[in-house]
Amino acid sequence: MADPMRIRAQAAGDKATVRVLMSHEMESGQRKDASGKLVPAWYIQEVTATLNGKQVLSAEWGPAVSKNPFMQFAVKGAKAGDKIAVTWKDNKGDTRTDEATVS
Amino acid sequence: MQTRRETLKQTAIVAGLLASAGFPQFAHAAFNKAAFEAKSVQDAAKAAGASSMAESKDVTITAPDIAENGAVVPMTGSTTLPGVKHILILVEKNPASLVAMFHVSDAVEASFTTRAKMGQSSDVYAVAIMNDGKALWAKKEVKVTLGGCGG
Repeated sequence: MADPMRIRAQAAGDKATVRVLMSHEMESGQRKDASGKLVPAWYIQEVTATLNGKQVLSAEWGPAVSKNPFMQFAVKGAKAGDKIAVTWKDNKGDTRTDEATVS
Repeated sequence: MQTRRETLKQTAIVAGLLASAGFPQFAHAAFNKAAFEAKSVQDAAKAAGASSMAESKDVTITAPDIAENGAVVPMTGSTTLPGVKHILILVEKNPASLVAMFHVSDAVEASFTTRAKMGQSSDVYAVAIMNDGKALWAKKEVKVTLGGCGG
């Protein structure tokens, strides 16, 4: 299991800005190791976010997203105390969900 | 190395094929492999469901002018227009152009920030695909002093 994500969600006015920092290698599949063999691609393919259990965002990523990916988005109508959960799934089938409370 | 002429020609062929085949809509949750394997900005946008491309002032791409480290280049794609379906972030000269595709819902603002790898100095694009299939784009040149792919 991968390391937990760091999620910060801050309400401002009628929306909440969510910042997510994930822990993932994001291997591009272009790089070669010391013996000259290609390192197989290993990256997050799908990201979804929910507000109080209801999906608000989904995204597809390619291998060009940086290592330990960062993502920022704004959820309309989120208030302090609401729960934001973020899930990712990589191309090896690993998945992880973490939750944060809007402050 | 592909020349611009070849790329344009291939794009035209692909567009023709798509038009004649009646472009199939991808299931919402399925990973859009075709779009992420597309080599050019146009092909990737087409694979993501765009029918026509036009530059627009209502779409913005935010990225640094000079990126010291190509492995971590922050970029934001956003638009103020209503009726947006997807926001795409692309790097033209990467081995595969498409970096990330965000599916916009009513509950989120059409503005997304992430960090991308860039192999070399290149134009970066934000493409907003509207509900009617129109793709509106904006681009910005980013100079990379240290490459991020295969380095």
